Amino acid sequence: MVLSQTTPESNEPVSSTFGSRYALTALPKYEIGESSIPKDAAYQIIKDELMLDGNPRLNLASFVTTWMEPECDKLIMDSINKNYVDMDEYPVTTELQNRCVNMIARLFNAPLGDTETAMGVGTVGSSEAIMLAGLAFKRNWQNKRKAEGKTYDKPNIVTGANVQVCWEKFARYFEVELKEIKLSEGYYVMDPEKAVEMVDENTICVAAILGSTLTGEFEDVKRLNHLLVKKNDATGWNTPIHVDAASGGFIAPFIYPELEWDFRLPLVKSINVSGHKYGLVYAGIGWVVWRTQHDLPDELIFHINYLGADQPTFTLNFSKGSSQIIAQYYQLIRLGFEGYKNVMQNCRENMLVLKEGIEKTERFNIVSKDVGVPLVAFSLKGQSFHSEFEISEMLRRFGWIVPAYTMPADAQHITVLRVVIREDFSRTLAERLVADILKVLHELDTLPSKISRKMGAEDFGNVKGKKVKREKLMEVIVGWRKFVKDRKKMNGVC
Amino acid sequence: MVLATNSDSEEHLHSTFASRYVRAVVPRFTMPNNSMPKDAAYQVISDELMLDGNPRLNLASFVTTWMEPECDKLIHESVNKNYVDMDEYPVTTELQNRCVNMIANLFHAPMGEEEAAIGCGTVGSSEAIMLAGLAFKRKWQQRRRAQGLPTDNPNIVTGANVQVCWEKFARYFEVELKEVKLSEGYYVMDPAKAVEMVDENTICVAAILGSTLTGEFEDVKLLNDLLAEKNAETGWDVAIHVDAASGGFIAPFLYPDLEWDFRLPWVKSINVSGHKYGLVYAGVGWIVWRTKDDLPEDLVFHINYLGADQPTFTLNFSKGSSQIIAQYYQFIRLGFEGYKNIMENCMDNARRLREGIEMTGKFDIVSKDIGVPLVAFSLKDSSKHTVFEIAESLRKFGWIIPAYTMPADAQHIAVLRVVIREDFSRGLADRLITHIIQVLKEIDGLPSRVAHLAAAAAVSGGEVKTAKMSLEDITKYWKRLVEHKRNIVC
Repeated sequence: MVLSQTTPESNEPVSSTFGSRYALTALPKYEIGESSIPKDAAYQIIKDELMLDGNPRLNLASFVTTWMEPECDKLIMDSINKNYVDMDEYPVTTELQNRCVNMIARLFNAPLGDTETAMGVGTVGSSEAIMLAGLAFKRNWQNKRKAEGKTYDKPNIVTGANVQVCWEKFARYFEVELKEIKLSEGYYVMDPEKAVEMVDENTICVAAILGSTLTGEFEDVKRLNHLLVKKNDATGWNTPIHVDAASGGFIAPFIYPELEWDFRLPLVKSINVSGHKYGLVYAGIGWVVWRTQHDLPDELIFHINYLGADQPTFTLNFSKGSSQIIAQYYQLIRLGFEGYKNVMQNCRENMLVLKEGIEKTERFNIVSKDVGVPLVAFSLKGQSFHSEFEISEMLRRFGWIVPAYTMPADAQHITVLRVVIREDFSRTLAERLVADILKVLHELDTLPSKISRKMGAEDFGNVKGKKVKREKLMEVIVGWRKFVKDRKKMNGVC
Repeated sequence: MVLATNSDSEEHLHSTFASRYVRAVVPRFTMPNNSMPKDAAYQVISDELMLDGNPRLNLASFVTTWMEPECDKLIHESVNKNYVDMDEYPVTTELQNRCVNMIANLFHAPMGEEEAAIGCGTVGSSEAIMLAGLAFKRKWQQRRRAQGLPTDNPNIVTGANVQVCWEKFARYFEVELKEVKLSEGYYVMDPAKAVEMVDENTICVAAILGSTLTGEFEDVKLLNDLLAEKNAETGWDVAIHVDAASGGFIAPFLYPDLEWDFRLPWVKSINVSGHKYGLVYAGVGWIVWRTKDDLPEDLVFHINYLGADQPTFTLNFSKGSSQIIAQYYQFIRLGFEGYKNIMENCMDNARRLREGIEMTGKFDIVSKDIGVPLVAFSLKDSSKHTVFEIAESLRKFGWIIPAYTMPADAQHIAVLRVVIREDFSRGLADRLITHIIQVLKEIDGLPSRVAHLAAAAAVSGGEVKTAKMSLEDITKYWKRLVEHKRNIVC
């Protein structure tokens, strides 16, 4: 609490915010200012600058939740000053975390008795969850190799090239080789057969994705399990599976309950899910669950004894806010199974409305599938001298943030626009988006091609009907890629 | 948005405590099948949470528990912004960059006028330390490989008083932790012993500015000088990381002449917790490197934002933006003078508390005057009652004051520790003193749990115990009850 000082300009407290001198002063940007300023001035200045950020709810690039009920907002603000890691001081908050872990483990069919405690933990997001899961696999594999008297200095992990950037981070930071299965045009997820082929004695695990970032598809975990079982029988390597269900973990159980992707498959040893995606909580919470105690090596766990009960902790972060954990528990009991099912069904319905609207324009190919995360990924049909990047830019004028990406290797010549349907994207918004896409297409049709102008090529003008060879298409895409690459990131979005 | 079901059509008319939801068993292991009304969900959870401790009376924690309502408002308004979407939220990203630059300048990083600082916001000092450690490990590996030497046995030298995240770093990233043991009366890392332990496999030496247990600042300057000598002899170029989790937002304002930061040439990276004396709620830390060269390029992922290169190097990806915005709010709202005033207030209140405790005549003060504003104190005579009993009894009044034993080799010393945060005013300090005196009186009247045990032990053991050994037995008994809780608080 700051000691108040009398200011030379003694009428300063009386001026209205925009009448005071603070509306005139340039604030220090790189060094802390010498003096304090009044709270309302500080609040207003920051709030004003933040007006120029995008509107979170119109950010159709992100899977991360952007709306919660006011009752939950209240719980969040009430617990904003609770440091989650103080388990002794906040035993109820700690217990709420444990309840969430148990509920999620059972949602994923972990082999647990009715009152058996599940093995898992809340994290700041799927990145931390994946790093913990990867660490566990690495340590288990090292212990196994040591016991067999073999070398353990070259661990690797097998995934598809469509993995989210945190797998690359895990590989680089924890010194594990990343063996990626390349994609191909029309096939944008990991091929289970190619994956199993790549598995060798140094593979710590195979990572499958339930809800690929780029197209929302669910990888065929059941098939992967089946093929890997056969290989394990042949080699004796016992290579396990990790399912990155960051998006899909809170979708599949509700609208595709017969899809076997979780602990029902024997080789699946750990699963991560983002509470802040379809778990319907604001950014800042993820979950990782292990099949059994044995899948998490004890030597990685730090034991804290709380009033006699053993509280094992295994996280990268220590102090952090409690709000999102409490919000997750709120959602799990407020919505229950039927509530989540209703929300996911709504998302799927609205996704279909958007997809049909886009198909009706007859200018796009739909790249995403119907089964998967509710999103629509689409690319321009045939030839075009306008690109998806232009459409993305122009949609910004209406307030929509719709990202355009190129696919990773080996399908880099395919560019898509992607709209993620979150809980708070209602039918009216879907219809409005389609209307705005049509507007953008009309405008673009009247403009000469920006691309050819930029590349100094001959003026293709109004040759909409002509077919263009794939090489030309590649040149065009490469040109735009370079232009945008210098301006924004391509496929490192979650 | 949940479709409303009509199953219990009058249910929604009932007041919360009249409805059936307060009779139902709270779900613990499985998701309930049905939804429940929002107000019932809110009430059920809010009621259970009443039984958590009161954050502002939690005197164990350094982490901020109060912010101005204007800041709470900013926090609430940005709770749905995913910080990592730099493209979508360019202003929020820029606020982070401004904070990094301000902190780097505060720590005297050698930067030119137009140069941007190298650093980033993290979820806390744990993540910050892991990133710093990773950078040191990678640099050391590169150096060794260039010399054709083996890189399979990296180690890091610290004091045994380090916070648990250093142990985590060591275990998860496969680096050996070489700890300099403490001794009675000397509860921080001894720079001479530390430098002695340095060998060719040492990736860095970590010094703490604001030790968790006693709040002391380690002598980073002496460490720098001794290490400079050793480096000149051996050519190993071992550098220093300063864990300024607590001290980083205290020393620049109260002890500006204390040289501990980038003014010392061997200090290559510093972490500080925004959520301790940075005066922000839990969830933000900062890491700054001296120069670009101290952060190996291959650890950085590049994201190109509107022409400007935005390097990112964090363990976490998606997370909330609120705490970053709150940190910037504090920097511009308080400015240098504001932070200085708050830290001076904290020190004054710490002094008042310390005097009150000394006046009871029953305690030894273990913390020093210079350092983090906290008071660590032990009982002069622990033969009849212990600090653990005092901690328990103080809970009755609502105070949460932790009792700990020191790490090796001073495990027989047990202390109580009160951390003075921004929101611990003089009135609370006086009230705490009153309660401590009350508790001492009450405990004196009780039979000694300790003497009973010692007597039992003496009867069965039969050997003559020295004073120090009995104290050890007593603390061992309590330790078994309270186990590893003692020094895993931050």
